[in-house]
Amino acid sequence: MLKAGIIGLGKMGISHAAIVGANPDVHFTSICDTSSLVLDVFKKYTKLNTYNDYIKMLDKEPLDFILVATPTKFHYPIVKYALEKNIHVFCEKPFSLTSQQGIELTELALSKSLINQVGYHNHFIGTFRELHRLLKENVIGDIVHFTGEAYGPVVTKEKGNTWRSNPDEGGGCTSDYAAHVINLIQEIIGKPVHVNGTLLKSIYSVGVDDAVYSLLTLENNISGVLLVNWSDDTYRKMSTSLTVQGKKGKIVCDATEIKIYLKEPSSTENLDKGWTTKYITDFAIPVNYYLRGEEYSAQIEYFVNNVKNKKQGTYNTFEQALYTDRVIEMIMDNAKQN
Amino acid sequence: MDRILFGDNQFFAVNHISDEKSRAQSIRFKDDEAIINTLDIARDAGLNTFMCTTHDRIANICDFIRANPDRYSNYKIFPCMPYAHKYANAVTESGIAGTLKQYVPGNFFGSLFKGGVAYLSKDYVSIMELLIDAEMKMFKGINTPVIFLQNVVTDLLLGLGMMDILTAFHSYVEKKYNAEAGFITMNMPMLLEKLEAAGIQNPIICSSINLAGFRMSGGKELYESVLKTKTVRAIAMQVLAGGAINAKDAIKYVCELPNIQSILFGASSKANITQTVNYIKEFDKEGELNFK
Repeated sequence: MLKAGIIGLGKMGISHAAIVGANPDVHFTSICDTSSLVLDVFKKYTKLNTYNDYIKMLDKEPLDFILVATPTKFHYPIVKYALEKNIHVFCEKPFSLTSQQGIELTELALSKSLINQVGYHNHFIGTFRELHRLLKENVIGDIVHFTGEAYGPVVTKEKGNTWRSNPDEGGGCTSDYAAHVINLIQEIIGKPVHVNGTLLKSIYSVGVDDAVYSLLTLENNISGVLLVNWSDDTYRKMSTSLTVQGKKGKIVCDATEIKIYLKEPSSTENLDKGWTTKYITDFAIPVNYYLRGEEYSAQIEYFVNNVKNKKQGTYNTFEQALYTDRVIEMIMDNAKQN
Repeated sequence: MDRILFGDNQFFAVNHISDEKSRAQSIRFKDDEAIINTLDIARDAGLNTFMCTTHDRIANICDFIRANPDRYSNYKIFPCMPYAHKYANAVTESGIAGTLKQYVPGNFFGSLFKGGVAYLSKDYVSIMELLIDAEMKMFKGINTPVIFLQNVVTDLLLGLGMMDILTAFHSYVEKKYNAEAGFITMNMPMLLEKLEAAGIQNPIICSSINLAGFRMSGGKELYESVLKTKTVRAIAMQVLAGGAINAKDAIKYVCELPNIQSILFGASSKANITQTVNYIKEFDKEGELNFK
């Protein structure tokens, strides 16, 4: 059994705790958070060892891996300390506040051959996997344009401060919400290398962006648009989508469905001319425990298996997440120039 | 429990396989009257139990039901709490303590904070009871014989191993509301095992059960074997797997499984409601004939 601990018990950390707790290959032993309220609940209702200092936890607990789900600014010191103690690390997104920190952590994990993963869970959604596969198979021909979008109701009124309101702590829409879309674009269509025309908009927040609109050019010279707004309460929850226009057709993909338009039928893919819609029910990754979307469980099952087999996975490595951090920096720099 | 329960996802823009359809629904059911009309179509088809989330808008529907007692004399509501997105969005914005402050009624939580951690650590079950009361307020005077815990909470507590809280929910709804507790889950086999171990026998469990195996954690075969061998009052939901499978085959599959007490479904149009009800009746009848 792999021994596991979780540091940071906000919404993501608690969700990870339930997923790890339900995994039969894992002996979940310890948690760390600064909230005494949260720790008390765990003390009272579980057998977990609770800590309010991650250094104490990592020094005392013999752990095979940790999950880090603290506010972004703490990722660097925690992940570094864990890697130095030869502990495998799953870290929430965005990976780190600066790419310098990310480079250091990535190199450290590589040099010690430690399994590393970052929580870009969209790659564990079957429809996005299918989009990736169809693009690799060149089903819509040469890509001419893409749109990467995410909308949701996170900040929908003017309100007091949390760590999310501080631009130096990675709290805005770009580093929190848009990171998902950037990472999807980067891994499914191509790495962004140039950023233009960025608009960062504060709608209800003070000091941080609630929306980001930007033009991206990818390493393969494909260009497209990033449109992300987390102050849009016409959406019940976060809705992320990619639209890819090719010379032979178009694909619109979100977490629930993938719509494929082809100018000519594809016999190899068994797709008709015109529109075909396929649903997540055909592509969902089966999981042993479900909490709030297969993807959240599937990414942890994947990580746990990689730790068990001592084999680094190909999805959501530190290196990939570091690249997303770099693109976020490019977008922020571009916004300043504008 | 009735054989068929009418659900509410279609009213609140919840569609598990299409974000686009869910937005269209949110426009269609913008007015409460549209919801009431659809409930009436379902009542005409013989569906007298409405299983619904404790969404703010349900309060208006409850007002209407109370105002028309003759029309709804046999009507039952199975509340499902909490409406999770309300809390989830609040946690992202204000943290856990901030969210509790916002939603626990009265000065209770304010005084807890003042009283400090020592006082707090004793009384999480009381906090939960206050939250249940807050969510139940809108159903005052309406027959609510079963009260459900939503899957995100059930499954969270299941994964965290906090079975004491699930059993506390079970006893509180019985004590305070003279109702049975129901649990919605995406992990029926795991939940049943843990509930039994915690001393809850023959629980009411509502979970995805469908021909496609969609949202059946651990696999369809495991579910089938649990239904065949264990004692549980199962409610099948997502029987159409969000519309991804043929309705007739989908309903035949669920009707033929043992131990399924009720089938929960939601639909917007008269045609879809009638068709689903007729299929269930048809396959139930076939099952009875085969049994004889």
